[in-house]
Parts: sequence; structure tokens; C-alpha cells
Amino acid sequence: MIEIDSVSKTFTTRDGSAVTALSGIDLEIPDNEFISLVGPSGCGKSTLLRLVAGLLAADAGRIAIDGTAVTEPRREVGIVFQNATLLPWASIVENVLFPLKIMHAMQADSRDRAHDLLQLVGLGGFEDREPRELSGGMQQRAAICRALIHDPAILLMDEPFGALDALTREEMSLELLRIWTEQPKTILFVTHAITEAVLLSDRVVVMSPRPGRIDEIIDVPLPRPRRFDMEGLHEFQDCAQRIRSLIFGRSGRGLAGAA
Amino acid sequence: MAVVVGLGLVWEASVHLFDIPVYLLPAPSVIWTDSVAIAGTVWGHTLATLYTVLVGFLVSIIISLPLAVALTSSRAVANAIYPILVLTQSIPKVALAPILVVLLGANELPRIVVTFLVAFFPLVIAIATGLMAVPSELIELGRSYKASIWQELYRIRLPYAIPFIFSGLKVAVALSVVGAVVGEFVNADQGLGYLIVSATAFFQVPVAFGALIILSVMGIVLFQAVVVIERVLFPWSAESGQNTIA
Repeated sequence: MIEIDSVSKTFTTRDGSAVTALSGIDLEIPDNEFISLVGPSGCGKSTLLRLVAGLLAADAGRIAIDGTAVTEPRREVGIVFQNATLLPWASIVENVLFPLKIMHAMQADSRDRAHDLLQLVGLGGFEDREPRELSGGMQQRAAICRALIHDPAILLMDEPFGALDALTREEMSLELLRIWTEQPKTILFVTHAITEAVLLSDRVVVMSPRPGRIDEIIDVPLPRPRRFDMEGLHEFQDCAQRIRSLIFGRSGRGLAGAA
Repeated sequence: MAVVVGLGLVWEASVHLFDIPVYLLPAPSVIWTDSVAIAGTVWGHTLATLYTVLVGFLVSIIISLPLAVALTSSRAVANAIYPILVLTQSIPKVALAPILVVLLGANELPRIVVTFLVAFFPLVIAIATGLMAVPSELIELGRSYKASIWQELYRIRLPYAIPFIFSGLKVAVALSVVGAVVGEFVNADQGLGYLIVSATAFFQVPVAFGALIILSVMGIVLFQAVVVIERVLFPWSAESGQNTIA
């Protein structure tokens, strides 16, 4: 259970002025939920993810994981970024083992576990390759394995498929759902892509910018397992349409106001 | 290589054709015979220069690495160190060398210091650039697993900087040869720089040319040695495309 309780975060820009990235965020995420944060650039969704990760500290409010306040990065969290950020000098399996080495948590079976994970994402046989020998999609799969190596209960994903081409992106979405089904965990997923958010999530949090706030939380009533052909269902369309109108309706009003 | 040989032939032919006096421009064949005639002496001078170059180069590496780490560790440290660094670079080394001799004595120390002063600056800048070039997501990744500052340095920042470090090393090793010769011009009783000064003083121009050629060969060999070391130890770095030269 992740509890986010009236959290605010303000950044000071280079010229000294303060920018409110997040203001009064309230959100409860139960265990093993797949939840997406959607919103235009500058709505603070990546900031919220980093607050949950313990990489940033909130100015006000409280974030807790299983009742314990987050004051620093915690072991039960794994992170995937937009870029795979694999270490270019290390083989794929060494990259997957990287978190364990940093945490001094290497065990006798860690290497086997890394192999199993790579197998799970279809990278079996690529263990000893170097990152530059892999395509962008394959690198991102390896990065997901790296985030899963210490078996975290929470997976934080910051636009993990944002740097991939459209086809690879769709393939990776289903792949992620398969992994999530096999190894249930709480996934907090930041994305720009509305259909991606609807397809993957139990709930979609729509955020608005300046200051970053939660506009609405939308339940996705689609059954599991999800498939691409569900995009044709009217429940899917309703959700996507609702999110779209929340995001673009507002900016439409903003434009009207400016004029 | 063929171009070098061709130029040598043109040189040789022109000297004979236009009857150029040997004290102005000796033919390659004369450079060769005159230098070989005192091969033992030339070899001794070569070793002396090589020693200065290598020690100066090593000192540059040993000092540049922690200096670059300090520079990139905090803004306050950078603000404190940078002006001093720039100052050491704005002083002409040729002008500084005689003063260093007075300060440090007439031995090999001032030569090594001059070599170091000439070579270390590009190295510091290259290493610092590399340490700062690490993508912020990679740093966040380390932080999310609670990497200590030390772990962040040797598990992420330093390895990431290796392609940058090697481009710095390539520049530094070439400059080390320059620095050593500058040091030898000012004060030395041996070394190829000293050989050039003393040979020209006695109009032994072929020997001076011989020393010059050995110096260029030394520069090329040392440069290639750095290239080879990078290819052998860090093949991923040599192929990363970070190094457009070499």
C-alpha cells in the first residue's frame, strides 16, 4: 500500500523564482494495483514518481509505503526510466545484477535469477552481449529485468516505452502485463499515451499542470487479461475519451481564456 | 606511410638537385649517417627524454584524476580550483621553465614539472567532462539503490568517463613530449631537446634533425600505445564513437 497524503513539491528555478510542481496530491494505491499517471508535460507526474521513489523529498505532506514514511530510497522499489540507461561497459547479465552489487546483496542464486528474468522477457541467450549490441526494445527489457532483480513489491516506471517505436511499444505493453501477471506487484506507470494507460491500468490518474494536481481518477472496467482488440470495446473508448476531454478540454479552455 | 616515404625521396632529391648546404637543410641520408655515427649518444639522449616524458605523463594522470573528481564534486570546490587551473595554463611554460630551475635546482625535477604543467590541463578537463557527462537517470538509478558517493564514483561515474579519459590521455601524451623538450631546452645535460640545442650550436644540423625525427616518432609511438591500451582494456570504449580521433 502506497499512501500519498496532501503532498506538495516546489522547485526553485535558475532565476530564483519558485515553481509549484505538485500541489495537494492525495492518492492511495493498494498492493498489486497497476496505476497510471497521465497528463501533459509539466503536470508533475515524473516528480510524483521520484517522490515515491525517495529520490526527492516532499515540501509538505507525507508519502508512506506500508505505513512507513518514505524519507530515502527503499529496497522494495524498482525503477525503470524512459531510457534503458544500461551501463555500456557491462554485459547484459551484469547490468541486471547491478542493483544487487550496489546493495551488497549478491547471493549464490542471484545469477540464476538474472538468467530466469532474462528468459522471462525473451532475452535468453543474450546474457553475455553488451548493451550496444541490442535494439532499443531489447535494452528496455533488460532494464525491466534490472528493476525486478531484487524482487521489489513496487515497480515505478517513468515513461518506460517513450523512447521506443510504436510497434515495439505495443509489444512491450503486453509483455509488461504478462510479467505483472506472473510476478504480481504494485506498478506506478507514468505515460503520455492515453490508450497505453487505459490498456494497462486498473486506474488512470489524470493530472493537470501549473500547479500539478490530480484532476480525476478513472477506473478502467475492462476484464483481465487485457488484449489489444479490447480497444474496440465501448468501455475502453469511454475511458480514453474521458481522459482526452479532461486533458484537452482544459487546454481548450486555457486557450479561450488567453484569447 | 607511402606519403612519408615519397616526401623523404623528394627531400633527398631536392637537396642534391639544388645543392643546398648541409648546415641549412641536410638530406635524409646525411641525417641518417650522422645520427648513426653517434648512435650510442643519441640512444642515451632518447632514453633520457623518454624518461622525462613518461614520468611527467604519469604524474599528470595521478594528479589529474583526483583533481577532476574534486572539480566535479561540488560547485564551491570547482569555483576554488578553476581559477588556479586557468592561471597555470595562462603562464607560458617556456617562460616558467628557467624560474623552475632556480626554484627546484638544476636536476630533472624542473623538466618533469614542466612536462606535467603542459600535459595535465587537457587531461583534467577531459576527465571532468566525462564525470559530468553521466546521464542523470544513471545517477538516479544508483541513488535509488542507495549507492554511496564512493560507489557512485567507481561503479558509475569513472567507468562512464573512460572514453573521455582516453581522449584526454591521447592529447596529454602528445603534449608530454612537447613539455619534456621545453624543459630540456632550458636546463639539461641530456635529452633530445638538449641534443638539438647543443648540435645546432656546433652546426651539427643533421644530428639536430635526427633528434627531431626521433621526437616525432616517439610522439606517434606513445600516442598509438594509448590507443592500443584502450582497445585492449576497454574495447567498448574504443568502439563507443566517443573518440573520433584515433
